[in-house]
Amino acid sequence: MVMRRWGTVILGLVFLLTVLSFFYTPYRPEQIQISRRLQPPSRLHFFGTDHLGRDIFSRLLVGGRVSLLIGVGAVLLGAVGGIVLGMAAGFVGNFVDELVMRVSDGMQSLPSILLALLFATVWQPGPVVILWAIAVGNIPIFLRLTRNQVLSIKKRPYVEAAQALGNGSGGIIWRHILPNIKDALIVQFSVSLAGAILAESSLSYLGVGIQPPHPSWGGMLREAQAYASMAPWLVVVPGLAIGLTVIGFNLLGSGWTNGR
Amino acid sequence: MKRYLGQKLISFVLTIVIANLAAFLILNVLPGDPALLMLGTEGSAEAYARLRSELNLDQPPLVRYFTWLFQFFRGQWGVSVRYSMPVRELVASAFPLSLTLAVLAVGTAVVIAVPTGMFMAVRPRSPLGRLFSWFTQVGMALPQFWVGLLLIQVFAVQLGLLPAGGNMGWVSFILPVATLALPRTSIFSRMVKTGMAQTLQQDYIRTAFAKGLPARVVYFKHSLRNGSLALATIAGLQFSQLFAGTIVVEHVFGLPGLGRLLLTGVLARDVPLVQALIMLVVLMILLFNLLFDLALGLLDPRLRYE
Repeated sequence: MVMRRWGTVILGLVFLLTVLSFFYTPYRPEQIQISRRLQPPSRLHFFGTDHLGRDIFSRLLVGGRVSLLIGVGAVLLGAVGGIVLGMAAGFVGNFVDELVMRVSDGMQSLPSILLALLFATVWQPGPVVILWAIAVGNIPIFLRLTRNQVLSIKKRPYVEAAQALGNGSGGIIWRHILPNIKDALIVQFSVSLAGAILAESSLSYLGVGIQPPHPSWGGMLREAQAYASMAPWLVVVPGLAIGLTVIGFNLLGSGWTNGR
Repeated sequence: MKRYLGQKLISFVLTIVIANLAAFLILNVLPGDPALLMLGTEGSAEAYARLRSELNLDQPPLVRYFTWLFQFFRGQWGVSVRYSMPVRELVASAFPLSLTLAVLAVGTAVVIAVPTGMFMAVRPRSPLGRLFSWFTQVGMALPQFWVGLLLIQVFAVQLGLLPAGGNMGWVSFILPVATLALPRTSIFSRMVKTGMAQTLQQDYIRTAFAKGLPARVVYFKHSLRNGSLALATIAGLQFSQLFAGTIVVEHVFGLPGLGRLLLTGVLARDVPLVQALIMLVVLMILLFNLLFDLALGLLDPRLRYE
């Protein structure tokens, strides 16, 4: 219960700041002011300025928005793909199950970061590459989860009863199976979002993700590395933002089932 | 055991074929022309034609795939465009470093995670248990490259105790290994905790206590062994995450390992290098998973009859 409350508080704050970033940032995130470079946190600049005099707080807001949008979009895509395939594998069984599971095992051996690197070799590095890589990386996770749950639920008496009454597979999935695996899916969604935020920031840090001058948490850390000893706030602030958001999603995920 | 072994081997081979076909398709078929990608817009027509025949691009895709696969398993991994060196030599020089890094990190993680995980399972509500629990949450959430940057700041720049990067003997490994071990320690200790907490509810634990066995024996022999078996399956999936982590950590600390080689290859659009490296990494991940599954099958007879 405590975990879920903390998760909600942290994510609520992140969400509010993200919404705020659509309407207001103290400065334009790409606005360069060389005369104000590497300033420590002050009343004018909450979190200081970077090596080009850009306002860290503004960049943090906009960067977080991009991270969250990519994360939510990618996990949503991956979840839908995984759930559909997992339903097919679990419900139809036999060779469909065997085929889908083998392909899924193959995909699982390529983590999102590796996939993104593979994609980035071919396409321009950027947000689209990351989005697809994280989405594809999440498919096997949701697939396995859905399939295993379907396998354990489809033999239960009430599902067999529904089948005996002549209900179609679609109706059974919608009315009997999905509601039963809802909690497990929500938990996984939250945990996957945490992973997506981490993957996105790592990739942007490596230079394969969101490209400058667009702000991103990982990209800010990449640029901060050279100025770390002169301006430690450049390193501390984006890292804390990533860490807090990830903790928020993890707490919400692990608190979801305990909380009720 | 034979049947179990057979099943695992078949799925191992199938998975390799699928993963490597996917990598080949992405790199070679989808966008069109790797030769054009590598040369960029300034390449001359002759250079383009030469590169195309060097990369076998004038052959149909299916022929190319099998040629490449055949050559890969014969140990001919092609020539890197970026370094103008055989990929095999590049890998041979980078591989030991990455392996050392990974093994040390996993070793450190296990050594720390088992006792802390046990403690969290046995005394979940004690102050120290709660502290560990929060610590693991934080350890899982912090991005590895950030932890690496902070460690460099504190131990290399401020205190001057350890090198900030590069490979200068074993001291260079301390900070990268710590960085790589942190999230894994957190995940492993949570796994040990969950596994043990489940067994502690079982009747045989109560029986063991009731017949007067010392707590030490019950916890280690009855609870930890059974609890860690069930969770070892999940641990097997960590190998792929470990490699992803190695890429990032090698970049932060400027260590010339496989991850750094791969990143350079990606940014330089060095298709032969990336292709061989991805194949190699997938092979290693799957091989580790297979060995892991087999070891589990040996340890836990129930798995063999599923």
